[in-house]
Amino acid sequence: MPGTFTHKFDTPVYKGTVNVSTGLFINNKFVDGSDTTTIDVLNPTTGKLITTISEATAKDVDIAVKAAQEAYDTTWGLNTSGAERGDLLNKLATIMDGARDELAALEAMDNGKTFSWAKNVDVDFAIQVVKYYAGWADKIHGQTLETDEKKLTYTRHEPIGVVGYREFPSYELQILSDTSLSMHPVMMFVWKIAPALATGNTVVLKPSEFTPLTALRMCSIIQEAGIPPGVVNVVTGYGNTVGAAISSHMDILKIAFTGSTIVGRKIMEAAAKSNLKPVTLELGGKNPNIIYNDADLDNAVEWASFGIYWNHGAACCAGSRIFVQSGIYDKFLEKFTEKSKAIRIGNPFGENIDQGPMSSEAQFNRIMSYIESGKTDGATVHTGGNRRGSEGYFIEPTIFTNVKADMKIVKEEIFGPVSVVVKFEDEDDVVRQANDTFYGLAAGVFSQDIDRAIRTAHRIQAGTVWVNCYNHFKPQVPFGGYRQSGIGRELGSYALENYTAVKAVHINLGQRLS
Amino acid sequence: MPGTTTVEINTAAFKGSISINTGLYIDGKWVDPVEPDTIDVINPVSEALTPALATAKKIAAVSIGSSKDVDVAVTAAQKAYKTSWGLKCPGSKRGKLISRLADLLERDIDQFAALESINAGKPFQIAKNSDLMGSIQCIRYFGGWADKIHGKTIESSENKLAYTRHEPYGVVGQIIPWNYPMLMLSWKVGPALATGNCIVLKPSEMTPLSALKFAELVQEAGFPPGVFNIVNGYGTTVGQAITEHMKISKVAFTGSTLVGRKVLEASARTNLKVVTLELGGKSPTVIFDDCNLEQAIKWTSHALYANMGQSCVAGSRIFVQEGIYDQFMDKFTAVVKALGQATGDPFEASTQHGPQASQVQFDRIMNYIASGKESGATVHIGGERHGTEGYFIQPTIFTNVTPDMKIVREEIFGPVAAVQKFKTEEDVIAAANDTEYGLSACVFSENVGRALRVAHAFESGSAFVNSAQLIESSIPFGGYKSSGIGREHGEYAIETYTQVKGVHINLGLMI
Repeated sequence: MPGTFTHKFDTPVYKGTVNVSTGLFINNKFVDGSDTTTIDVLNPTTGKLITTISEATAKDVDIAVKAAQEAYDTTWGLNTSGAERGDLLNKLATIMDGARDELAALEAMDNGKTFSWAKNVDVDFAIQVVKYYAGWADKIHGQTLETDEKKLTYTRHEPIGVVGYREFPSYELQILSDTSLSMHPVMMFVWKIAPALATGNTVVLKPSEFTPLTALRMCSIIQEAGIPPGVVNVVTGYGNTVGAAISSHMDILKIAFTGSTIVGRKIMEAAAKSNLKPVTLELGGKNPNIIYNDADLDNAVEWASFGIYWNHGAACCAGSRIFVQSGIYDKFLEKFTEKSKAIRIGNPFGENIDQGPMSSEAQFNRIMSYIESGKTDGATVHTGGNRRGSEGYFIEPTIFTNVKADMKIVKEEIFGPVSVVVKFEDEDDVVRQANDTFYGLAAGVFSQDIDRAIRTAHRIQAGTVWVNCYNHFKPQVPFGGYRQSGIGRELGSYALENYTAVKAVHINLGQRLS
Repeated sequence: MPGTTTVEINTAAFKGSISINTGLYIDGKWVDPVEPDTIDVINPVSEALTPALATAKKIAAVSIGSSKDVDVAVTAAQKAYKTSWGLKCPGSKRGKLISRLADLLERDIDQFAALESINAGKPFQIAKNSDLMGSIQCIRYFGGWADKIHGKTIESSENKLAYTRHEPYGVVGQIIPWNYPMLMLSWKVGPALATGNCIVLKPSEMTPLSALKFAELVQEAGFPPGVFNIVNGYGTTVGQAITEHMKISKVAFTGSTLVGRKVLEASARTNLKVVTLELGGKSPTVIFDDCNLEQAIKWTSHALYANMGQSCVAGSRIFVQEGIYDQFMDKFTAVVKALGQATGDPFEASTQHGPQASQVQFDRIMNYIASGKESGATVHIGGERHGTEGYFIQPTIFTNVTPDMKIVREEIFGPVAAVQKFKTEEDVIAAANDTEYGLSACVFSENVGRALRVAHAFESGSAFVNSAQLIESSIPFGGYKSSGIGREHGEYAIETYTQVKGVHINLGLMI
C-alpha cells in the first residue's frame, strides 16, 4: 500500500496542511509500482528530499492501459454523453478552485516557482482551461456534406478510441510528458487531460518525475469529482522506461507530448516503429521579442521582462531573444536592466519574492553551462551571470549583449532567466534575424504603428505572436509550434481536433448499380 | 537538354500520338538530372496481347533524379514561395489558376487516359471515366477553396484582439503511388496549391508518364515557375531525400505501411516535418441477411475487383450472414466468373479486368494465393494466372479461411477475396475490427438501425452503407489505426496543408 505524504506549511504566504498519496494512480486507486521501487522528490529551494513516491515501470503502463481500455469500453467514450462528461469536468474545476492554495503550495515546493505565481498564474489558468473544455464536451460536431439527393454523407468526430467490444482491444489516448514538463506541472496536466476528456478519450499520463506532486494531488481531486475509474491514470516514472513504454504501446492510438525537441523526436520514431499513432508535440523555442523605435517604451520593458522572467525563464515560450531597434536601444537596455536587477530572488514562500530556484539540479547545471558558453564565446554579461547563494538552485536574471548569431546562447533554448539583447536597424533585417532559427513557437512585437506591428506579426514564423504584450494566454486561443517547435495545437477548438478521429459515413439512399 | 519521346497509340478507344517530356520539371523548366540517369517505363500489358499498340513493352526512357535534384527543386520552390506564391499570391488568383488547370486536364482527358492505360494497365474507359474524371473534379473542387481559407477571430476580452491565420507551410513534399497515378497526384496537388504551398512531387518511378504530361499543363495554365516541381526517381534516393529534407516542412505520402513508417521516422530524425500518411487497408464488407442481395453483390464485387484489387480501400474481407450465405455465394461466384471472362486488353471496350501493374506486384499476389492454398483455405474460384503473358490474374475467392491466415490479415493488393460466414451483429463487428488497419468498411442492410449502428462501430475512416468506394472530393478520406495519419479531401484536407498562427494584439492590457 502506498503511503501519504503530509506536509504542514507555515510560511508568510501560506499556512496549511497538504496530503498527497505517493502511489501510482490506476483505476481511481493509489497503488504501488509493480517493482515497488521509488523515486526521490527533491526540494529545489534546498536541494533536499521532500518525499519518495512510487516508481512505475512498463508493466504498470500495461496495467494502466488495460484499466483505461475497460473504462473506454464501458463508462466513458461513446458510452457517456458529452453533457455528462462536461458536468464531471465542471466538478473537477470546482474542486480545484477549492484547493487553489494547496495546489499552489505543492507546485511552489516541488517546482520552485513562487507561491503567488503558482496560485495566480498556473493554478488559476489551469482552472480556466478545465472550465473551458467542460463547455466543449457536448459541442463536438461533425459535418453533413451535401453531395446529391441519392446519398447522405456525414462525418463523426469520434474519440480516438472507437466503441469497443469486450473481446477486442479498444484504444486509448495516451499522454506523455517529459522531464522538461517540470516547468508548469499543474497547468500542463490540464492542457492535456481537459480536451482529451471532453472528447471522450481515456488517459494514461506520465508526469515529470521531478515534479509529480501536483499531478498526484490532482488524482485525488479526480476521484472526488466522480470521474469513473480508469478514465485518468497516472504512472510516474522515468522517460526511458515509462515514457518509452507509452510511446511504443500498441494499444495506444494517440500520444501528446510536451518537452524537449530531442525527446519529441524519440516519441515520433517510436510511433513510426509501433502502431503509427498520431503524435502531437509541444517542444522548445528560442523566441524573438521585437521592440521597434515607436513602441511604448515602459510598456515594452514590462512585457519583455514578463516575457523572459515568467517562471524564471523555464517556459518554452520565453522571449529569450530580444531585438531592439537602434533608436531606442540604449534607453530600453537601461530600463530593462533596472527591471532585471530589481527582481527579488528567494524562497518561493517568502514575502515579496519574484523568482524562486530552478526546478532541479540538472536544469540548474544546464543553465549555468549556457552562461559559461556565452562568456567563453565572447558575449558581454550585461547583468547577472551568476548563481545566487550557495544552497538551492538560484540563478540571477541575466542579460547578454554583444552576441553573434552563431553563438549557442543565441541559437539554443536555455530554459532559464537568460536573455540576449540584439540591436537591429530595420523591419526586413529584424524579420530575417527573428526567423533565423529552427524553432517557431512564439514571438512578440512592440510598435504603436498598426501596419508595422501586424505586418511583422504575420511575417514571423511562429505559432503564436503577441503584439504589445507577451506570455498572455487565453484558453480559447490555440498554442503550438511552427517548424521544430512542434506538431499540432493545444488550447482552443483546435485542440479538439487532436483528440478526435474523423469518420466519413456514406449512406446510399437509392443509387443502384446496374 | 532533356528530350521528348512520342508515344503512338492506335486502338479503337484512342488513336493518336502523345509527346512526353522525359526530363525533370523544376522551376518551370525541363531539365536533366544533376547526375544524368534514366529509367525505362514499361507497359504492363504484353505486346502479344495488344498487337495494335505500336510501342513494345518499353514505352519510354525518362530521367530519374537524386537527392541533388531534390535540393535544386526545393530551392526553386522556396524562391517561388517567397516571391510569387504562398502569401504573395491572393487566394482568388490561385483559385483561378487551379480552375484553369482543371479545364486543361478536361481538354486533354483522352490523352491522359491513354497514358494511364498504357503505363498502369488500366482499361481505357475506366481510366477516363473514373481516374481522370475524379482528378478533374478534385482539382476543380480545391480551386474553389483557394479564396476560402479562413482563420477565426476569438473573443477573449475587450482589451485584446485574438485571431488565427491558417498559413501555408511553404515547401511541401509529396510522394505518390503507382496504382492511381493521376488521381493520387490530384488529391495531393489540389489542396497543396489551393492553400498556397509549393510542391516537390515524386511520382512512382514505374508510372511517371501522366505526371510528366501534367507538368506541361501546369506550365500552360500559367503557374509561376517553382510552384510545382517533379523529381522522378526511386524511393530510396529521391523519396528519402524528400522525407529527410530540412527545408521541406510537410510531407504527404500514399503507399505501403512499411514505407509510411520510414517517412515518419525520417521526419523524427530531421526537422520534425508534419507527416500525413495514406497507407494500406484490409477493409471489411459486411452483408446482413436483410440486405438487397442483387445490389449488395454488385457493390461488393466493385469494392474489391475495381482496379484489379489494387486499391488501398479494396473490400478484401467479405463477411456474409449465415441465412443468406449460400445464396450470396452462388450469385457472387457468377459475377466474379463473368469478370474473369472479361479479362484482357485494357484498350478493348469490353474489357473489365486488366493486368496487374508490374511483375513485382504480380509475383507478390501470386505468393499470397499460394500461401492461402498452403494454409488450407479453399480456392472457391480463380486462384491462377490468366493466360501465359502479361501480369493477368484471375479474380479469386477464398472460402474456409481462419482469422490468423496471411490472406485474411495482410493487404494483398490484388483481386483476391476472403469470404467468411457470421452469425450476429456483435460477432461481425468484432471480426471486422480485428485488424491493424482501419481505412474503409462497407455494410449492407435495409434495416436503418442496424446499418448505421454497424457503420458507426467500424474502426475506420470511411464507412459505406449499401454502397462502396464512392470517394468524392468533398468527403474526407483517411485511416484509423495503422492505415494512416490525417485526412485527404474536403475541408479536412485544407487543415493538413495549413499551419495555425494565433495572433494576440494588446488593445489596452497593462502590466
